[in-house]
Amino acid sequence: MRAVHFCNSCGKVQPAVPVDYFTFFGFPRKLNLDTSELEKEFYALSRRLHPDGFGQADERERSWSLEQSSMLNDAYRTLKDPIRRTEYLLRLEGVELEEQSKQATEKARATGELKKQVVPPDLLEEVFELNMQLEELRMQKKMGEDDPALLEEIGKARLSLEEKYDALLRELMTEWNKWDKSLGGEKDGGDQADRRKILDRMVDVLNRRNYVRNLVRDVNEAMED
Amino acid sequence: MKYMATDYIVGIDLGTTNSLVAYMQGSSPVVIPGEDGLNLVPSVVALDENNRIVVGNAARKYLIETPERAVYSIKRLMGRGVEDVEDELKLFPFQLAEDLQQGEVLRIKIGERTYTPPEISALVLRQLKRNAERFFGAPVTQAVITVPAYFNDAQRQATKDAGRIAGLNVLRLVNEPTAASLAYGLDKKKNGMVVVYDLGGGTFDISILKLHDGIFEVVATNGDTHLGGDDIDNLLISIALDDIRGDLGLDLRKDMRHSGEAVQRIRQAVIEAKIALSSQPSAKLNVDLPGGKKYQREISRDMFEQMIQPIVDRTIGPCKQALKDAALKPEQIDEVVLVGGSTRIPKVQRLVEDLFGRKPHTDLNPDEVVALGAAVQAHILGGGSEITQDMLLLDVTPLSLGIEVAGGVTDKIILRNSTVPASATQYYTTQVDGQTNVAIHVLQGERELARDCRSLARFDLKGVPPMVAGMPRIEVKFLIDANGILRVSAREQRSGQEAEIDVQPTYGLTDEQVENMLLESYDYAEEDFRQRQAIEARREAETILTALAKAKNNYAWRELTNDERRNVEKLEKALVAVKEGDDYHAVRAAIDALNEATMRLAELMMDTAVSTALKGKAMDDTDLEEGPQAGHPMAKADFE
Repeated sequence: MRAVHFCNSCGKVQPAVPVDYFTFFGFPRKLNLDTSELEKEFYALSRRLHPDGFGQADERERSWSLEQSSMLNDAYRTLKDPIRRTEYLLRLEGVELEEQSKQATEKARATGELKKQVVPPDLLEEVFELNMQLEELRMQKKMGEDDPALLEEIGKARLSLEEKYDALLRELMTEWNKWDKSLGGEKDGGDQADRRKILDRMVDVLNRRNYVRNLVRDVNEAMED
Repeated sequence: MKYMATDYIVGIDLGTTNSLVAYMQGSSPVVIPGEDGLNLVPSVVALDENNRIVVGNAARKYLIETPERAVYSIKRLMGRGVEDVEDELKLFPFQLAEDLQQGEVLRIKIGERTYTPPEISALVLRQLKRNAERFFGAPVTQAVITVPAYFNDAQRQATKDAGRIAGLNVLRLVNEPTAASLAYGLDKKKNGMVVVYDLGGGTFDISILKLHDGIFEVVATNGDTHLGGDDIDNLLISIALDDIRGDLGLDLRKDMRHSGEAVQRIRQAVIEAKIALSSQPSAKLNVDLPGGKKYQREISRDMFEQMIQPIVDRTIGPCKQALKDAALKPEQIDEVVLVGGSTRIPKVQRLVEDLFGRKPHTDLNPDEVVALGAAVQAHILGGGSEITQDMLLLDVTPLSLGIEVAGGVTDKIILRNSTVPASATQYYTTQVDGQTNVAIHVLQGERELARDCRSLARFDLKGVPPMVAGMPRIEVKFLIDANGILRVSAREQRSGQEAEIDVQPTYGLTDEQVENMLLESYDYAEEDFRQRQAIEARREAETILTALAKAKNNYAWRELTNDERRNVEKLEKALVAVKEGDDYHAVRAAIDALNEATMRLAELMMDTAVSTALKGKAMDDTDLEEGPQAGHPMAKADFE
């Protein structure tokens, strides 16, 4: 069921009701989402809700249009991106995402504090070696030296990380499928505990993925500097 | 009909170098020319010999004659503070008011007066408003004004303030490249990805749009609000000044105040050369200097292109960033549109072609297309018509919006390239028991540290109910409206109490200041003119009253009927009653009435004079000269 955006009898814009973004578009809370369908809905609703259409309307309608179209834009922005969509759903389901984000990294850097981050176990060895190499690269740059072999090694490591990054998105998508299926009703769907496990696994995948993304960024920065 | 046919909503391109006003005539937008027949109104404001404000083409001569009484490129200073215009001051002859305080909105000296940048822009806007009113023969009070896509909140707010000061209700601020795409897409109903590369007089914007069945969706935008033709001019001026010092031993930089005229001559000459070099292989500079010296130099296009390379190259970074943000490769771009006068430079066109791998469109007049697009948007906001009914602009915010958090770090809450309107909700609490105020610092920009971002405003949340520290849950909603301007609202959730927000714009005018300027600008701009009109009318009244007193001794007075005499005397009394007042219109009306009533008296006196002359008697020529008819030859004072 889509949230009510317009009056049933006169078709005029209504004040925004506090609903989640899925409901705003009238979509089920599923993670596999047809983005072209989403775009079509977004355009259709934009035509009816955007403040441009209310240039000559009264103050009240204008402010409702502003509220509604900002919510529409926020919802579209969140749902069209697979990662934002997943994070949003996790929050809707009451999962507090830990501050593993870029924000935390930036804050740690700016304040000079050590960033608390747990290295995913399967990456331990790789990360350890990569950090050594990056340290060496920085030293060499300071000395004005150039070691093509080291650069090649790091380049390879980056490639492997990028592959891992893509693989983690695929892993996330298999969790999506499980989640969507779990919503299929009592019979096919799992129980509350099962769903909770799926959510936890998604958090885990997202954390690992962010970790890999930060590593790639560190590598890029070290190589550019 | 949603609006009256007499309510004209105009589209205005308030440019760094030139400004234009346009409106939708039937199914196509057209530019409204000024009284001089020209479409472009130079964004130049000057004070003339009589301290009257002159705007546009008429003001340009003062740039050279009395440079300290003229100002140009004021757009560069819109929404900026004293501490971030130092670079501009080195390059532009802006004179700041001497009594400027830290944190105060900039004030620029023009002659003996000082004006804030929004006020100077308002004078340009008012000229455009008048041009439109003259054209329509009706008042114009509503407008859409364009701004560079990369303008921040303070710059947008300053533009909106300028509109208000000029007596315009600004229905919408539209981003310039987006406006251009509207004009461009009006007759070409196409789908695809379009890049708008907009290099104007003072600003550079790059916008990437997705066109889809009449929806113009901006997917990414980037730019530099201090990059444009001005920078090319300044570079050429600086090279010329070096040449002059080297070759002629004349250091014009040393005493800018007295060499202002020479520098403005050089500026004029390099601009002409720059323009010529877009169509010619070389151009000559020929400038008269103080002391009878002459500066002469020939510039080839090759040399010119080498000189401007570093400036032109500064557009590459923003273009690449916009592509990256849009997650697009150059080969995925379907069309490239050029906007802004500086895109006439062949070197710029080649750079764009290299960047996007396709020949850009040059079929639109790059000076006019933004104003035409603004007119289209104005039409849409006015209710639209069949022509525009499928058109919808979905624009984005060019810069991320954030909040300062512990450690002086920027916490971004609305990311750049988010479609507007956009909103974000943040929750705050108190740190001390019983705390009733919470201070919030709002930032705009991409940098990690708060001090590297633009400070937009400091908010004080007041009226938080006293509670144990950490208990209040204050919901603060940040909303970027369709103009790209931030709005904030707050509520304490536990008590449901609306927290009060006290906005201190870091570089903006308060509402009250704008209101005062609205009145002041009216009084100030027309003060001298009105005073002069009043004085002239009073003088004229005295002349006519003196003449009438004399005429009463004339034989002709007795020739009038009793009614005529009574009427004249009644109107005479009326004029005496109003002439010392300030109401110019009343004085004028009383003079006209008396003039008309004494028409026959004047004729009779004329006849008497003629017949007296025929009789060979000496003619009392003072009677003729100062007779009531003396009132007639005086031209009616013109308004505006």
